[in-house]
Amino acid sequence: MQAQSSIKSDAHLPAQWHPALFDYLLRLGDDSLILGQRLTEWCGHAPALEVDLSLANIGLDLIGQATLFLELAGEVEGKGRNGDRLAFHRDVLAFRNCLLVEQPNGDFAQTMARQLLFSTYSHALFEGLCQSAEPRIAEIAAKAVKEVRYHAELAADWVIRLGDGTEDSSTRMIDGLDWHWRFVEELFEVDALEQPLVEAGIAVDRTQLRAAFDTRIAAVLTEATLPLPVYPRGIKGGRTGHHSEHLGHLLAVMQYLPRSYPDAVW
Amino acid sequence: MSREWPLWEVFIRTKGGLSHRHAGSVHAPDPELAMRHARDTYTRRMEGVSLWVVRSSDIVASDPAQDGPMFEPAEGKIYRHPTFYEIPDVVKHI
Amino acid sequence: MYTTELGKPDAKAPVAIGGEDPALVAAFEARVAADEFIEPKDWMPEAYRRTLVRQISQHAHSEIVGMLPEGNWLTRAPSLRRKAVLLAKVQDEGGHGLYLYCAAETLGTSRDEMIDALHSGKAKYSTIFNYPTLTWADIGAIGWLVDGAAIMNQVPLQRTSYGPYARAMVRVCKEESFHQRQGYEIMMALAGGTPDQKAMAQDALNRWWWPSIMMFGPPDDNSPNSAQSMRWRIKRDTNDELRQKFVDVTVPQAEYIGLTVPDPDLVWNADKGGYDFGAIDWEEFYAVVRGEGPVAKERMKARRDAWDEGAWVREAASAYEATRAARRAA
Repeated sequence: MQAQSSIKSDAHLPAQWHPALFDYLLRLGDDSLILGQRLTEWCGHAPALEVDLSLANIGLDLIGQATLFLELAGEVEGKGRNGDRLAFHRDVLAFRNCLLVEQPNGDFAQTMARQLLFSTYSHALFEGLCQSAEPRIAEIAAKAVKEVRYHAELAADWVIRLGDGTEDSSTRMIDGLDWHWRFVEELFEVDALEQPLVEAGIAVDRTQLRAAFDTRIAAVLTEATLPLPVYPRGIKGGRTGHHSEHLGHLLAVMQYLPRSYPDAVW
Repeated sequence: MSREWPLWEVFIRTKGGLSHRHAGSVHAPDPELAMRHARDTYTRRMEGVSLWVVRSSDIVASDPAQDGPMFEPAEGKIYRHPTFYEIPDVVKHI
Repeated sequence: MYTTELGKPDAKAPVAIGGEDPALVAAFEARVAADEFIEPKDWMPEAYRRTLVRQISQHAHSEIVGMLPEGNWLTRAPSLRRKAVLLAKVQDEGGHGLYLYCAAETLGTSRDEMIDALHSGKAKYSTIFNYPTLTWADIGAIGWLVDGAAIMNQVPLQRTSYGPYARAMVRVCKEESFHQRQGYEIMMALAGGTPDQKAMAQDALNRWWWPSIMMFGPPDDNSPNSAQSMRWRIKRDTNDELRQKFVDVTVPQAEYIGLTVPDPDLVWNADKGGYDFGAIDWEEFYAVVRGEGPVAKERMKARRDAWDEGAWVREAASAYEATRAARRAA
């Protein structure tokens, strides 16, 4: 896409930052990529034609974000890998997305629960990243923040309707949230790799985003007449490559063509 | 079979300064989702800067069978148009 | 495209239906002959209304079912760019189905009724979507050939006599302008790629060529309602005219990328300024129309499943609004 052209080349970032920054960009790009990939699975199968178009719009935004972040990651890495190389030629252990986005679609309630949780988090994150000391990240965030805000609002609309719709839809919504709630904690974790980037003003301190997230989710769930899920323990590991069983299957499908024909250009 | 979502008419302002124009319709269960469906269906190619959605059943339309009495009487009133009046060319700014 | 007459001749089909005021019929025919647009609330012969509902809903069904063969490759598109483009294209097809259902609804048939007709097998859709997409090259072939054929049929429909249909087609044609180009671009990349890729491209052309030229429908001498539809400006070119035009523009495109059209009888005829081509296997066409296409069952099952599995969502949203409305009224 228009990846490289819209990112200004920037030489001022000292080289010692590059490995951590590369990893951070993978975290951002992989989140968008994997969730975008999941949403393509809905195409042609949504509950109504209009909803099909909405889901595809979200998917397109996410694939666009993934392209920008992964192209930039390749540039920062400096080993000649571009966005496609990173998307299609890494295995499970090298993926840095959170566990939430790789969860299966399930029914529409489960998909909307995942979207609400992820987009609400992602909106807060991108708002912060608009001020990133790394201008190329700030630039992508400025574009993405408007997209994910719309995703979060759309998902909230649906969670409210399903939560306060029929008995059946309410049960499904509760199940959908329950499935995903254990992966929320991971979203707000800052590890040793990210800490220096936070201190340098390049990354956002995710721990600081949790309070606003909780407030917003509580407001949506209250309006949806849904109970706030509780979960004793957060499941983590995505940011260091330790994923759920689902990611391997997702990658097997997504990467099959470039892997089967390694010399081909598409 | 459950009730079908009602139909909404979608109007788009393509840019500032222009009126909203009819673009098409969507089905949606309520006004908020009608707006989202309109946005997701009709503004994917930067077609608009403002949207209206109106429940189709709320539109009051003229009846084509009454076209004669509705619209033809206006035809005889050419004095409403500036070309009806003859003013000599030498008279300016009028 | 997807608008060719797929049914067998209907004995009691067109012209005047008993009881219609001949003066109204004559006035209607005169308006259509003068290339005026007919709008939803205008008087129209019942046969015109029924023909339109059938044609527009068939067109809409084709768009919706048409999402499936290409959707089959969304999760496996080989680059980020190809993935985004394909998702945008398949989404467009959903949008086009939506515009067309809305156009048909102005004639007094609800979308649910039309979808029921599709799911019960009463309504037809384009035969082309009953063939499987086996390799990535099929995505290229569909964009290039199927969308190419579709554009040829749809462009004249922008001037079709029924206003809402014509306006929907204006939007559809504008949006579809990239569809064929992206398909041909995929084919170019494959035809110029590795031997495996080139073989993939040729195989896709071999499989999609004949079904694509069948898309224009039966030959003119066996096209049941063509004459009436032409007179009503619901259709503006004959099946054979469009088919010839398609072959003439497509053959050089295949040659340019070094692919061979799978028709040994294909030869340039200088006298008519077009290609002569081999006989079409109409038995195959009618078998697919009858629902015997290779993946017809899969396509219908996918549509029915999506509809049935979405029922609780549509119901919940309606229930939510009903509760709110009751609260507002109280």
